[in-house]
Amino acid sequence: MSGRPLYPYRHLLGIEGLSRSDIEGLLDTAQDYVALSRQVEKKAATLRGRTQINLFFEPSTRTQSSFEIAGKRLGADVMNMSVSASSVKKGETLLDTAATLNAMRPDIIIVRHHAAGAVNLLARKVDCSVVNAGDGAHEHPTQALLDALTIRRAKGRIEGLVITICGDILHSRVARSNIICLSALGAFVRLVGPSTLLPAQVERFGVEVARDMRSGLAGADIVMMLRLQRERMSGAFVPSVREYFRYFGLDREKLAYAKPDALVMHPGPMNRGVEIASDVADGAQSLVREQVEMGVAVRMAVLEALARHLPNG
Amino acid sequence: MGEERARPTPASDMLLANARLVDPVAQRELPGGVLVMRGVIADSGAHLAKPPDKPRQEIRVIDCRGLVVAPGLVDLQAFLGEPGAEHRETLASASRAAAAGGITTMVCRPDTDPVIDDPAIVDFVLRRARAASSLRIVPCAALTRGLAGKEMTEIGLLKEAGAVAFGDGHKSVMDAQLMRRALTYARDRDAIVSHFTEDANLAAEGVMNEGEFASRLGLPGIPKVAETLMLMRDLALVRLTGARYHASLITCAESLEAIRAAKQEGLTVTCGVSINHLTLNESDVAEYRTFFKLSPPLRSESDRQALVAGLSEGVIDAIVSDHDPQDVETKRQPFTESADGAIGLETMLAAALRLVHSGEVSLPRLLAALSSGPAAAFRLPAASLARGSPADLIVFDPDEPWVVDPANLASVCKNTPFDEARLQGRVLATFVGGELVHAVADSLPGL
Repeated sequence: MSGRPLYPYRHLLGIEGLSRSDIEGLLDTAQDYVALSRQVEKKAATLRGRTQINLFFEPSTRTQSSFEIAGKRLGADVMNMSVSASSVKKGETLLDTAATLNAMRPDIIIVRHHAAGAVNLLARKVDCSVVNAGDGAHEHPTQALLDALTIRRAKGRIEGLVITICGDILHSRVARSNIICLSALGAFVRLVGPSTLLPAQVERFGVEVARDMRSGLAGADIVMMLRLQRERMSGAFVPSVREYFRYFGLDREKLAYAKPDALVMHPGPMNRGVEIASDVADGAQSLVREQVEMGVAVRMAVLEALARHLPNG
Repeated sequence: MGEERARPTPASDMLLANARLVDPVAQRELPGGVLVMRGVIADSGAHLAKPPDKPRQEIRVIDCRGLVVAPGLVDLQAFLGEPGAEHRETLASASRAAAAGGITTMVCRPDTDPVIDDPAIVDFVLRRARAASSLRIVPCAALTRGLAGKEMTEIGLLKEAGAVAFGDGHKSVMDAQLMRRALTYARDRDAIVSHFTEDANLAAEGVMNEGEFASRLGLPGIPKVAETLMLMRDLALVRLTGARYHASLITCAESLEAIRAAKQEGLTVTCGVSINHLTLNESDVAEYRTFFKLSPPLRSESDRQALVAGLSEGVIDAIVSDHDPQDVETKRQPFTESADGAIGLETMLAAALRLVHSGEVSLPRLLAALSSGPAAAFRLPAASLARGSPADLIVFDPDEPWVVDPANLASVCKNTPFDEARLQGRVLATFVGGELVHAVADSLPGL
């Protein structure tokens, strides 16, 4: 894998701040790991002897298992810690937890936390590399990378594509990371959703904003749906599930507004019948399962990139 | 515990000679001197610029080296820790910080533990202040019992006990009916209502100014309309009731315009702005820096500029420190979970002088908003250089550069947003009632 630009940072805390070549370098590496992951023998030795801790302050099945598999395929010893239940209730602060883990001398910590900026804070207090696996409504960089890889493989390019992100942009770290990542790679990013679920001054992110699916999906190559949290469905941000689905749920009829060869994505877990109809989620245009596969490859690429900066690496 | 205040040095008669007198009331400055007799300004003016050839033995002559002599600063809003939060600040530590910052009068916030909502607690605070501090410390009492926003406090009795204003700290009275009655009742008792203006429902879970910065950081925002809506409601109720009203902390251009219009209309309205909102903006939050997490939040640069213009035009009556010490544990948290607030007593003047050095505000105008303006808003003893005024005076070098080192600040807590900031302007001597309460050693001949 020589000849590729070296990922120049110790952590991966967000897509913000990465250059186009940083991102493309990670995607190229991930592309190689797709092949490895499809072999019978899936093991590499890149992280042999290294300790990876998955520190999740928020419950997650997919992201956590994806990081776990990625670490194990690279030969790391992976430990999962779910903190939501135990230490936080005992009054231990985030930084106490960080100090405790740091003393165990891990090489890489993967962190998910419900507060924006928490991973950034933790990264300043530990000696190892840190990967942000989602912090509040801020960033979820590996999701954006896996989405970019999925799109690149399906469409052959990202430059020039029209990519519409639909739904609860306001609370979505996936949306933020994707806006930055896809814009950096030359896509035209468009957002669509009810105004109550759009962040303030979101136009300044350099995106187009639409308030209805017909104009939002017009000419789209990729339709990326976002999950709407249950507690936001009944009156606080939108009136009801059925009204939300009526105007913003992706069904066959609305998908027809996009290009005929448009592809559909969703970071999961999906609320079928809320933001996406089952037949679309499982249909021929859906990339949802591909996204999950790319998740492992991208995370392997990230771990490998960071491992190059580890002591004795 | 006697009735007399603890006095660090006995009051003595003195002449502050060779000074650059800045008179915030008259809005002028001139070379001159101030003669202090028995804790009161006996005379001041150009004729006292040079010490007399044969000074009376008992009068100490201090050569101010041409530096500024002005009335001591009056801070209408500071959290001073007592009672209940002595781990964050005490009246003694706050007083050391304030004196070093040139502040001679402080109004302490009512959101202590217990809340200052009972005459006995007003009395307690005043007694503690006399014992622990040589500055003038007076309380703002709660407007509603327990700051709960349900029932008004005993405004009359609290005022008799010594409360100078009424408000709920960093909380707004959301119930408009209660607010109307409290304003009406306060008018009858001739009491000043000092209200924090932020609609709690619109502010909701917000932690910084709503806008592009918050959106990029993924942080929930507090819109400016949360402030202006509450302020405009209050102003409508003031129009209805004729109460004397002070908006304790305004932060944006729209609020400033509302205050300007209310004053033009003739309502008895004044307003305060924190030093932080005059000198910092939302972009200082940068990578989730919790020392810049304030309530109300830092706003946009255009709001800051509007506030500075309002200060220059005299629409803003008072600059406050909004001193709010927080210990490390409550600040070293993810941004959304961190406590609000910043210390400010010791750095307020130097930070404010940035506006003078940048040419945005004149020195007399700045000092008016730091002394005579707030004193007038809360009807406190006049901060003035006029004969007969209490000799609450400061001597400062407006140009001396220094770098803020939190370790050298007197506050118990070190959560300053000016950490390592380069400031210009240093207080060399602070007098309260003619007594020296702070001095930089060897800075002034005769001191």
